[in-house]
Amino acid sequence: MDVLVFAEQRDGKFKRSVHECLGLARRLAPDGKVHAVLIGSGLGDCAAALIARGADRVHAADHPGLSMYNSAGYTALVEAAYRSSNPSIVLFQATAMGRDLAPRFAARIGVPLIPEALSVEIASDGSVSAVKSVYGGKAFATLRARGNGARAVTVRPGACPMPDPDPSRTGEVVPLSAQEEPLSLRARVASLLQSVGDAVDLQEAEIIVSGGRGLKGPENFALIKDLAGSLGGAVGASRAAVDAGWIDHQHQVGQTGTTVSPKLYIACGISGAIQHLAGMRTSGCIVAINKDPDAPIFKTADYGIVGDLFEIVPILTEEIRKMRSS
Amino acid sequence: MHVVVCMKQVPSSEARIAVSADGRTIDRTGLEMVINPYDEYAIEEALRVREKFGGSVTVLSLGAGKVEEALRTCLAMGADSALILKEEALTGSDSHGTAQILASAIRPLGADLILFGKISIDVENHATGVAVAEILGLPHVSVATKIDWTDERHLKVHREIEGATELVEVELPAVLTANKGLNEPRYPSLPGIMKAKKKPIEELTAAGLAIDLAAHGAAGSQLEIAKLVPPPARTAGQVFKGEARESVLAVLKGLREERKLV
Repeated sequence: MDVLVFAEQRDGKFKRSVHECLGLARRLAPDGKVHAVLIGSGLGDCAAALIARGADRVHAADHPGLSMYNSAGYTALVEAAYRSSNPSIVLFQATAMGRDLAPRFAARIGVPLIPEALSVEIASDGSVSAVKSVYGGKAFATLRARGNGARAVTVRPGACPMPDPDPSRTGEVVPLSAQEEPLSLRARVASLLQSVGDAVDLQEAEIIVSGGRGLKGPENFALIKDLAGSLGGAVGASRAAVDAGWIDHQHQVGQTGTTVSPKLYIACGISGAIQHLAGMRTSGCIVAINKDPDAPIFKTADYGIVGDLFEIVPILTEEIRKMRSS
Repeated sequence: MHVVVCMKQVPSSEARIAVSADGRTIDRTGLEMVINPYDEYAIEEALRVREKFGGSVTVLSLGAGKVEEALRTCLAMGADSALILKEEALTGSDSHGTAQILASAIRPLGADLILFGKISIDVENHATGVAVAEILGLPHVSVATKIDWTDERHLKVHREIEGATELVEVELPAVLTANKGLNEPRYPSLPGIMKAKKKPIEELTAAGLAIDLAAHGAAGSQLEIAKLVPPPARTAGQVFKGEARESVLAVLKGLREERKLV
């Protein structure tokens, strides 16, 4: 049994989730081949990096016209890699790109798509199943694909361990091309606008510091940014803070924002609405800071501090900086 | 301009979810059902497009439960008409099946623009809108946060990605999926609610759309829900209520020594 992994890259860089998918592919196909499909422009040693993390054969399309993501154009190339490798499972990262590409690919080939997988298993009869979050993390479903044949899966970043690179691994790189897709001209990325503020990638973050209504105003997110900065973490927010217009919705954690599962989650001034708790409750360790000792967040937190966040957060930041510099 | 919006009714984000005794479905007793929040952005955008270029807005839903109420709300917001496909045999379809059913219903409508929410907050698939675009042979842009119209057939869509925005040029007909931030959905006005009572909700049938019932629904799906479980329980940990710095130091000690974090 072989597995094909779509390896998202931007500017020649891979996210952790690409390596996580390669590790998962190796586990699913211990005796089979792991194929990777690599698409972009000026890819340099990207293929070698994929081989070091577990790929046996890299299908690479390296062309100046591919510097920007294009849903239809990339679909045609993944389809070409699929046709030449004939895998049982095709893995995508559940990222902005993978979520855009996988449903189009699956619908084109006519294979079932198991979306947003947290783990993937193959039973002894060859059937593929995966666990995913539903209702914003208020329940977890095991989805099983009926019958045999290929399956496409998008895998949530952070759900699988990342394999260490092994530079001694060998593999081959084969060129990949596809006929021009007429659709690719009817929706194409003209340019990329970088965020004005800090780049947010809550899904990939190992540490998240979130602020809520307790911050009382947008200017006080500076406290959250300082604490996140001292830990090298990302800034999150509750729906209340986003709906109040204090911070962009890209930061929102919860059922109507991003479901997250970092190693450490620090909630500041967040009482713990059910849709927020559902979206972060699988975090490794949860710390809550809130002035209300009866706030629901304390029932979910591993460590809680009852008190004024305007006093506590700066002390926490200061003590972490002290710890890190000593 | 004919804009079609696909709408799904889902349990409210504030609702508690309990797994049924069968271990595969949720207990729907007394569950508050709402329009999927991301579909509200899609409906609002459709109304704004009609205000800009004229035309009509049709809302389409696959029916189950009290979906007529949700459709009536869409009509009260300003949609012109609603379509519902209510076939018991189609419930439980997986995302690919759902996309095929929706595509069959959309195909005869001659839509210029088809809008979805980027995700439905119940099954969290992130898939249906894009799959419908592929089945209909249309271009799409997912996770739209802003739309700039060049003219009535060409638009520039801001698509949110991690830490940046892609500016995508699109030609109609096309499919877009709406993200939070695209707009601020309006509330139905009182005259809107009155007018909505007289607006049509047309019932579609699988036979009329030539949909093979056996190939869809829970029985015909390629994917089945084998098991549904509540999230792993978390128990309350240590709570410190004393002097601020002492509490901070106690938590940091725990994070460092017990958890090997920070």
